[in-house]
Amino acid sequence: MRGDRPADHPALSDLAEQLATPGRRGVILTYITGNVVAPIGMLLVLVLIVLAFVGPWIVPHDPLEQSFLSASQGPSAEYWFGTDAFGRDVFSRVLLGTQASLAIGVTAPVLAALCGTWVGMLAGYFGGWTDRLLSRFSDLLMSFPTLLLGIMIAAALGPGFRTAIIAIAIALFPRFVRLARSATQVVRREPFIDASIASGRGPLAIMARHVLPNIAGPLIVALSLWIATAIRLEAALSFLGLGTQPPAPSWGNMIRDGMGDLVGDPWPAAFAGAAITVAVLAFNMVGDALRDLLDPEMDV
Amino acid sequence: MFSYILRRGLEVIPTVLLVLTLVFLALRILPGDPAIAALGEYATPDAIATFRQKLGLDQPLWVQYVTFVGHALTGDFGKSMTNGTSINALLASSLPYTIELALAATLIGIVIGVPLGAVAAVRRNRAPDIFGRLFALAGFSLPDFYVGVLLLMAFSLHLDWFPMLGGGEGFFDQLHHLVLPAVTLGLVMAAFVMRLTRSSLLEVLRRDYVRTARGKGVAEHWVIFKHALRNALIPVTTGMGIYLLTTLSGTITVELVFSRPGLGQLLIGGITARDYTMVQAGLVVFAFFVVLVNLLTDLLCAAIDPRITLR
Repeated sequence: MRGDRPADHPALSDLAEQLATPGRRGVILTYITGNVVAPIGMLLVLVLIVLAFVGPWIVPHDPLEQSFLSASQGPSAEYWFGTDAFGRDVFSRVLLGTQASLAIGVTAPVLAALCGTWVGMLAGYFGGWTDRLLSRFSDLLMSFPTLLLGIMIAAALGPGFRTAIIAIAIALFPRFVRLARSATQVVRREPFIDASIASGRGPLAIMARHVLPNIAGPLIVALSLWIATAIRLEAALSFLGLGTQPPAPSWGNMIRDGMGDLVGDPWPAAFAGAAITVAVLAFNMVGDALRDLLDPEMDV
Repeated sequence: MFSYILRRGLEVIPTVLLVLTLVFLALRILPGDPAIAALGEYATPDAIATFRQKLGLDQPLWVQYVTFVGHALTGDFGKSMTNGTSINALLASSLPYTIELALAATLIGIVIGVPLGAVAAVRRNRAPDIFGRLFALAGFSLPDFYVGVLLLMAFSLHLDWFPMLGGGEGFFDQLHHLVLPAVTLGLVMAAFVMRLTRSSLLEVLRRDYVRTARGKGVAEHWVIFKHALRNALIPVTTGMGIYLLTTLSGTITVELVFSRPGLGQLLIGGITARDYTMVQAGLVVFAFFVVLVNLLTDLLCAAIDPRITLR
């Protein structure tokens, strides 16, 4: 249906071919260590992951404790990011929000990658009718913007944490299908696959043992880029009131709550939004660095 | 060309049916009974039965399906469950706000994105390129609704240049209300358009015919405008067709930021109020746009690049 259109990240199709070519991985590692952007991105990602784990123990205030005496204050020594309309400490809430955002932002793409990769490999490996049917279906899903798909699923399942994971996983699923499919088609032509068939190995075993390791590269790059997308989607769904439900803090629902009093207390919305931006930027930087190095345009 | 239009047009029929089926199944098969959702967990069995009957949920599934598809295709969406108003009237009043916003944002995205991308490609690895790439990275990392909140704080609350909420009355007031939401989505789209234009132009500038043009002594600005940019814009056009849908779904969050009475507000309002008929109508309309924009993009691509029609 839409075979001749560029994918979301235009370089990804080239990337699939490049990474499927054996012998490129040494170049990749040299590049990552020599690059400036990647270490910064990786450091940020690492910090975010650590904060997500230790957040509950290091918050200076109880993120759920309300106090009308300290409501709607600006940043101070006591409350670094100020307080929200319920007097809750915004810094503590942003810190704890890391957990919700990363939990959904990482789980959903990983889930999508696990399912999408297998469906894509099946389509790419067998070709013919299997391919046509599976590609047709994933193309259809892919013609919907991710946010819209997420909203559709949230409408069916009702708002909540679990819904956000399922909705984002389904929204990203067809993208992994397409990527795994095109990468598999390249690997499928290699003689070692024929050799493996001749030695009597079954299709599933070949896919697991020979195809998967050879297409893992582009999938990992895509995963890091789409974790950034997933974090943004989670924030958007929570902002719309369909993701993480209050009083549990998530960056999206903090902006939603903050919208009530932007004049008197803009701090919760401002800091929660900054947190989303940093997280998305970090994963984008890692993914971009990985992708750029495989982009033939780059002078490696 | 004609046979391509016909073939591509006919493809719409199974797509529309499949999309309607997905919307139908999503709202019916997945867990969560709309009756219980609307009336609450402690509703009496009688109330639930009456409710199901009113919505036709007591009918066999295939009857519901046929009725649903029939209504969706004829554009009859019934009445809102929460306030009883005709959904068609609500759609008619909210659709212009959403379409205006999406189109204005696209216009801003092109006007900023294409020149920025072209300059970045021509001055590769120099200041304009670095600025452009930073701009693109920011556009990819800042969520559109957060950009909206920031613009709202700066230009409505502090500077008071633009109105804060609503859609406005009369042409000029509506235009005034449109500026900030459109700039919000337009800036995010410009980042995408910039990146696409840059990479596409870089690709084209390495082609043989560009070298030939330079070799025969064509002035550099003519090489870029007449030979390179025109061809570089083909993938940009295709990419933008797809991105238009992202912008369209972006209107949902941005409408919430600016309290714009558009389609997104209707849909999200329906979901939070558990207004089943409203959600169904909202999803069908959005899905309709998805199919339509995809069709138009394909036809536009075929018009620009005749090789597509031969496949």
